[in-house]
Amino acid sequence: MSITVDSELCSGCGACVASCPYGGIEVIDDKACITEDCNLCGACVEACTMDAIIWTKEEVGIEKVDLSQYKGVWVIAEHYKGNIHKVAYQLLGKGRELADTLHVSLTLVILGDAFDDQLEELSMYGADEIIYVKSKILKNYYSDLYTKTLTELITENKPEIVLIGATATGRDFAPRVAKRLNAGLTADCTGLEIDPKTNNLFQTRPTFGGNIMATIRTPNSRPQMATVRPGTFKKPEAKKRKVNIRQIDYDYSEKDSVTKIVKVINREKSKVNLEDAEIIVAGGRGVGKKENFKIIEELAEAIGAEIGGSRVTVELNWIPQDQQVGQTGKTVTPKLYIACGISGAIQHLVGMENSDIIVAINKDPSAPIFNVAHYGIVGDLHKVIPALIENIKKVKSAED
Amino acid sequence: MKIFTCIKQVPGVSEVKIDPKTNTLVRKGIPSITNPMDNNATELALSIKEKHGGEVIALSMGPPQAEEVLRQALAMGADEAYLLTDRAFAGADTLATSHTLGLAIKKILKDSGDEKKYLVICGTQAIDGDTAQVGPELAEELGLPQITYVQKCELKGDKIITERVFRSEETVIIESKLPALISVLKEVNDPRFPTMTGIVNAHEEMEVKYLNANDLKAGKENIGLTGSKTEVFKIFIPEKKGKHVVLEGSVEEMVQQLCNNLKEDKLL
Ligand SMILES: Cc1cc2nc3c(=O)[nH]c(=O)nc-3n(C[C@H](O)[C@H](O)[C@H](O)COP(=O)(O)OP(=O)(O)OC[C@H]3O[C@@H](n4cnc5c(N)ncnc54)[C@H](O)[C@@H]3O)c2cc1C
Ligand SMILES: Cc1cc2nc3c(=O)[nH]c(=O)nc-3n(C[C@H](O)[C@H](O)[C@H](O)COP(=O)(O)OP(=O)(O)OC[C@H]3O[C@@H](n4cnc5c(N)ncnc54)[C@H](O)[C@@H]3O)c2cc1C
Repeated sequence: MSITVDSELCSGCGACVASCPYGGIEVIDDKACITEDCNLCGACVEACTMDAIIWTKEEVGIEKVDLSQYKGVWVIAEHYKGNIHKVAYQLLGKGRELADTLHVSLTLVILGDAFDDQLEELSMYGADEIIYVKSKILKNYYSDLYTKTLTELITENKPEIVLIGATATGRDFAPRVAKRLNAGLTADCTGLEIDPKTNNLFQTRPTFGGNIMATIRTPNSRPQMATVRPGTFKKPEAKKRKVNIRQIDYDYSEKDSVTKIVKVINREKSKVNLEDAEIIVAGGRGVGKKENFKIIEELAEAIGAEIGGSRVTVELNWIPQDQQVGQTGKTVTPKLYIACGISGAIQHLVGMENSDIIVAINKDPSAPIFNVAHYGIVGDLHKVIPALIENIKKVKSAED
Repeated sequence: MKIFTCIKQVPGVSEVKIDPKTNTLVRKGIPSITNPMDNNATELALSIKEKHGGEVIALSMGPPQAEEVLRQALAMGADEAYLLTDRAFAGADTLATSHTLGLAIKKILKDSGDEKKYLVICGTQAIDGDTAQVGPELAEELGLPQITYVQKCELKGDKIITERVFRSEETVIIESKLPALISVLKEVNDPRFPTMTGIVNAHEEMEVKYLNANDLKAGKENIGLTGSKTEVFKIFIPEKKGKHVVLEGSVEEMVQQLCNNLKEDKLL
């Protein structure tokens, strides 16, 4: 297994150098050279326009799987206190698109104990089939029981694509299921698309702290599994449709799990639900100090928004952790996102750049937030925001 | 009791910058570091050892230069360190990575008389690949119970008792018998800084043992690129979005224009 450069063909253009996340290829004397740091990821092979990079993979008697046995797209739902997590609806929207492109069916899988009454409502979001695994104990989440049940279901039914929410639950069982099935799993996808040539799933995800996007594929094995962050795709409109419901009863007891839930601790539930907010006003270090956050609150109040912030504002204790937007906080997709005194670091942008309309207020015209903003105001937020509040109030009272 | 900590060497990504002219990653001068959460894993292993006894064994799969992160673990106080290095390991996805780590743990346990009680500690996620998949996949490889997203952990007899974060408003106390695997969050502790003697010891007295594919009796079809099911097809820098409408005029004018635009977009 190796990557080599055909120096006859190489033009020394450097496209490969740009594509490599490891510093594993360099141009020396106008020819590309592979360095010690090469990780054999093959990104350079794709980037080379001269076909000068040769990637030899040894064929070591891996049994070829008959990919055509695998059909259909599955979405695994997770739930909390009897409610299906909203990422499942978002995945149904995307799953429907993928299933239509492939001309296959879409299945929603629920493991739980009391969803009988919700099945009708759940059938309105695009699934052709719902598999409802019912067991008392599955009211709570158990890593090993989820793994066992899902592995059995997938082995029996052979879906080609399995989509799971990238939540603390999904990211716990998805890798375990993938490993047991010996299947590839792509984490935290922000884009899913069918390759029209091969019908493989192209799975695009941020890596290196959001600085680079990688498109991953799983060409030689099935199922193709992917986790997707909540808020990445939109929930589809509800529509009545005919859905086939399959209920499977499991007789699990607590003894079937190797881990034991001793206690569930509920912390004070946050009042703010950023992921569902239609409008978000977010503050950054530019707000200045904790007391100044009041004008952010006033703007939010005037326009009917929830409040968010950059990580800096969380670290400085100006706002609670669950209001942080970004890579290590929430991913949000409101209709309107107003960023005030936020520079627009990549880790912040990955959490909000899919908002419908972005407004940036920043005194530095070269702040990167302006690169994603639809409307930018260069100015001191302490002057701009009060004026903005005045204007919004005027507009609103004119409507009344 | 053996306590394994899995350590990954990563580029210090928070310092990765994009060259605005070429739209590529500037990697020159970016240091390689220990994945931050893996220092928390080592700290937890050491604190369990200090209370209950045992041996802390640090493992890393990577190129020869990853030896440095293992030296750091030794400097913090780990008893032994193994570097799993071989060209055949390169290009591994999480499936192949967890298989290789699992083979090494099984070999070390076997060579030391098949100890039954042990604990494996991983970071929840690495800052470069960032999949958070290696922990659970390694648990599956070893057939162990797993507890991920751990922010508190205590050993009691032959059990570990952990606090696992599920969502911002809920944590769960979960216990498991040993052997088990846990993956930790940075909230679990504050990693110690190595002492001067620790650093000198780690570099002059102690040994980082190397294991290659042969030593692990690894089958080629399960390691490195060949053993990987996922393939990086393409890597690119995210493109910039936005309409770049920077409003002009006095504060009053800009604000009015903004309100008009928002009204048109039916947001006001
Ligand atoms: C692994 C990792 C994960 C991270 N995750 C996140 C994350 O999830 N979310 C996140 O937000 N960050 C995250 N960060 C941090 C991120 O890199 C930035 O440091 C952070 O987003 C900066 O916050 P800021 O924009 O509030 O502050 P700064 O970058 O300091 O920007 C302040 C801005 O305010 C402007 N300003 C100052 N005064 C005024 C004024 N009076 N009027 C108008 N404008 C003014 C300045 O021009 C400047 O642009 C992460 C970093 C790392 C390394
Ligand atoms: C751009 C890009 C995208 C990728 N996307 C995927 C993907 O979607 N799916 C996939 O399966 N693989 C993917 N990979 C491969 C993956 O990054 C590697 O398999 C890597 O070795 C481990 O994954 P991680 O960085 O995500 O670790 P994580 O799973 O995030 O790491 C969790 C913990 O596991 C331990 N650990 C991880 N790696 C090692 C190691 N080498 N040695 C010792 N301990 C370790 C550490 O304790 C770490 O804290 C990708 C690689 C690249 C370059």
